[in-house]
Amino acid sequence: MTPNILAAFAALVTFGFVFFLLRRGALREKYAVLWLFFSIAALFFAIFPGALDWLSRTVGVAQPVNLLFFVTVVMLVLVSVQLSYELSRHEMRIRRLAEEVALLRDEISENRQDRDGN
Amino acid sequence: MPSRKTLIAIPAWNEAGSIAAVVASVQEHRPDADILVVNDGSTDHTAREAAGAGARVISLPFNVGVGGAMRTAFLYAQREGYQALVQVDADGQHDPADLDRLIDGLSGCDIVVGTRFHPESQYFVGGPRRWAMVLLSTTLSWMNKRRISDPTSGFRSAGPKAIELFAIDYPADYLGDTVGSLAIAIRQGLVIHEEPVTMYFRQVGRPSKNALWSALYLGRASLAILATGLKSGRTPKGDSA
Repeated sequence: MTPNILAAFAALVTFGFVFFLLRRGALREKYAVLWLFFSIAALFFAIFPGALDWLSRTVGVAQPVNLLFFVTVVMLVLVSVQLSYELSRHEMRIRRLAEEVALLRDEISENRQDRDGN
Repeated sequence: MPSRKTLIAIPAWNEAGSIAAVVASVQEHRPDADILVVNDGSTDHTAREAAGAGARVISLPFNVGVGGAMRTAFLYAQREGYQALVQVDADGQHDPADLDRLIDGLSGCDIVVGTRFHPESQYFVGGPRRWAMVLLSTTLSWMNKRRISDPTSGFRSAGPKAIELFAIDYPADYLGDTVGSLAIAIRQGLVIHEEPVTMYFRQVGRPSKNALWSALYLGRASLAILATGLKSGRTPKGDSA
């Protein structure tokens, strides 16, 4: 089988973009590593489609492309679960911070009143 | 030598059992230094115990990890104009007798790392964990052009230049705070020395460290170093987190 130029190109663009974000410090390493790994894997299978054929035969999937879709869906589901987890944690922490700010504000205005009162 | 304004920073997460003793012994060894306990979202009486022992206590609203707690400590040190900051563990593993060496060492450099590996040391690690640490040490020593035998040591001191740098940019991730911070400092041209320190063993049993754990450990540490190397030279303006 011949290498898939379009898939290889897409993988390269993804890799480059994530690398650029990482360099700018806009993406934390722990997230970047996942995407860099995915794009390298995609690049590998785009250049060597034979590897995908071999892999699907080994795990017993008739159509190699089905294996590709299956693995992709599983990966994306895992990533969104992880993001939901992080989001939930952030919501909790922001709420906690809002409470802290409210209490601090109250404490400050009380101090100010005490000072102005005397 | 004129004594510099020194802050001893102790990040503490649920260390109510040991924090008072640690604060007291630090105070005894360095009565000239101020002690700051960064209470990292403890759910026990860490804050009360620390304050009772005479430390200044800053309480974070939730647990952010050692790196996050140290970010707070560096910000505090920078704003209050400290010329030296020493990080000490809250669990009593570090010997306050070594404080003098870490603080005095700053007269010749920007960061002093207390190393647990020296001829008189009782500290020993074996197996895959040791290989991981040797690899980290070799990499950082090469970057530093001077030996750093124990880059994961949390017993270290920072001078004025390091405080300025770390108040802006200090990694909060696991291992980023120890290994990654050294990589950042080297990149910014800071001078790092090391001094031998004593390490007491934890009272509580340490978790088993197998080959898989070491591989993950090494991976995360490499990531911390790599992240520093990849980032463009300019230090982030404002908050980098």
